[in-house]
Amino acid sequence: MSLLQEVAVGEPDPIRTPRVSGSTLRVVVSKVVRAIITLAFVVVFNFFLFRMLPGDPIGLYTRGRNQDAEQIAQLRRDLNKPLWEQFITYISNPFDPGIDSTRFSRPVWELIGERIWPTILLLGTAIVLASIIGIWLGIRAGWKPGGRFDKVSTGTTLTLYSMPEFWLGMMLLIVFGVGAFGIPGFFPVGGISTPGVDTSSPAGWLNVLWHLVLPCTTLLLIYLADYALVMRASLIDERKQEYLMLARAKGLRDAMVRKKHAVPNALLPTITLIFLSLGFVVTGAITVETVYSWPGLGLLTYEALRGPDIPLLQAVFLVFSIAVVGANLIAELLYIVIDPRVRQ
Amino acid sequence: MTVGQPVADGQPVASGQPMIGARDLAVVFGGRVRAVDGVDLEVDAGEIVALVGESGCGKTTLARTLLGLEKPTAGTVLFEGKPLDYRRLKDFRRQVQLVLQDPLGALNPRHTVYDAVAEGLRIHKVPGDEQAQVSEALSQAGLRPPERFFLRYPHELSGGQRQRVVIAGALALKPRVLIADEPVSSLDASVRGEILGLLLRLRDELGLTVLVVTHDLGLAWNIADRVAVMYLGRIVEVGPTADVLQSPQHPYTQALLSVVPDIARTEQIVLTGEPPDPARIPTGCRFHPRCPVVLAECTSVVLPILGIEPGHRAACVRVT
Repeated sequence: MSLLQEVAVGEPDPIRTPRVSGSTLRVVVSKVVRAIITLAFVVVFNFFLFRMLPGDPIGLYTRGRNQDAEQIAQLRRDLNKPLWEQFITYISNPFDPGIDSTRFSRPVWELIGERIWPTILLLGTAIVLASIIGIWLGIRAGWKPGGRFDKVSTGTTLTLYSMPEFWLGMMLLIVFGVGAFGIPGFFPVGGISTPGVDTSSPAGWLNVLWHLVLPCTTLLLIYLADYALVMRASLIDERKQEYLMLARAKGLRDAMVRKKHAVPNALLPTITLIFLSLGFVVTGAITVETVYSWPGLGLLTYEALRGPDIPLLQAVFLVFSIAVVGANLIAELLYIVIDPRVRQ
Repeated sequence: MTVGQPVADGQPVASGQPMIGARDLAVVFGGRVRAVDGVDLEVDAGEIVALVGESGCGKTTLARTLLGLEKPTAGTVLFEGKPLDYRRLKDFRRQVQLVLQDPLGALNPRHTVYDAVAEGLRIHKVPGDEQAQVSEALSQAGLRPPERFFLRYPHELSGGQRQRVVIAGALALKPRVLIADEPVSSLDASVRGEILGLLLRLRDELGLTVLVVTHDLGLAWNIADRVAVMYLGRIVEVGPTADVLQSPQHPYTQALLSVVPDIARTEQIVLTGEPPDPARIPTGCRFHPRCPVVLAECTSVVLPILGIEPGHRAACVRVT
């Protein structure tokens, strides 16, 4: 894994003090402000989007509930209010704990708070592993494009990249979960833990880990392909840079040229991509969570869609938007740190 | 430096000590592209030689081979009279430095000026105070006060300043030879003179040997002691700057000179025929398909490679 170390290790440098100028600060403030404006727009849009949905929200909401005609009429009166009055009620607190899910008959924010952790565990593990392995593959393949390693690695990653994740998930589930081709189904076919196991004990953690393997591998393979291909492409671009030739002409060894010049610069687009996909950590992989019945936000979204559970969907949309805008913002701020050209 | 006067007035400042050169050098790519096809060249210590030719003539490949970045297919590269040992290039890499055409591309965008200049010192683990050496190199390259540039990034500098940083990075290693590949052609006209003046000053003050690769005859006129004109992988005319540029003997040199606006005293000679292709080098004189004054024997006569004897010589049947 020596290739990976060079990602983090930089030359210790006596002549480098971080320069934070006024213009850098202005860039940061303008990016934060832009993210806030985007979010504000999303909050507004989110309200009108669900007002445009067909169907009878009151009918959905009261289905299976013990509510008399008077209560239903009260709800209808609320929804018959002018749009702007409803909007003011909504906008005054989009995170109102009193909003109930129609499907689960529980506050939506409580549900989301419960379901967000399995998703972060699943997607977080997958993305961290995928970026480490993907970048490593990309560096090895991109430094000697057309070589044997590149041919095998690019062939594999392209195949993985073009696979639908739900299909790959089902294949892994059939082979390693159910058992096929003489392979015993060693891994569980769904869920986050075996019912009845106390997940707060060390044995419970192992049980969760055991459940994590298949869904995490599915996502890992898909993301890894993406990162490896981008890393390879940007390293191939980087190889043409003249400062690599100049460094060689000064006597820098090939491995050091890669480590000091090519890889740090080629990493920029890959880091952006990784941070953009971090936004989807919260979004959850709806398909993979559904295939593996992983009780995260993705599965929650799927369940909300089947209702449709409008209050829950509205809340889930809001969370997704915040996650994506937030990840974008982090990626942009990180760029300021790692690329001096962006600081002005 | 006065533009329009050959600086050395045709009198080489050189010591006569061979510094870097090539013998019968050939570089073939993919078995058929003969980028360099038999070159003898000698650059003496303290001399500035301009290697002139149109794009695709092999001058950049020749420069890269002289730098040891490309291995010759045949022939040898000589450094201080000894053939280059490709297993022991470390010292050579310190003595022979490269300056490239586009200084923005030649500098890592994420490294500060200090890092760029100090890189060579770190590679060769040069003892002594690194900061003092970087300061000295920057001053020599005309970036003063040097401390003001330490933490700047390439994108914050002007084109001329960037090229000075690249030159400072070369000077930090106290080299003996500078190989400059089109050192000013990406710069504004107003900055070109400054950088050329800097190269001349470095030769005078530090005794640097300079090989300038260029397509620009005016540049050769302004700074070079000697000029070598290259066509399709071979040197076709070589000699002291004033001789070659004022009384060119090879029809190719004549054609090149006739289209330089400042120098043109003659009718413009526009070359016709196919552009030269190093994968298909014509028989006989390699210039005959485009030569305006071609003779019958030009298609068959085999011209010898121009040797390294002093004086003004051209590879053309009309001359010999």
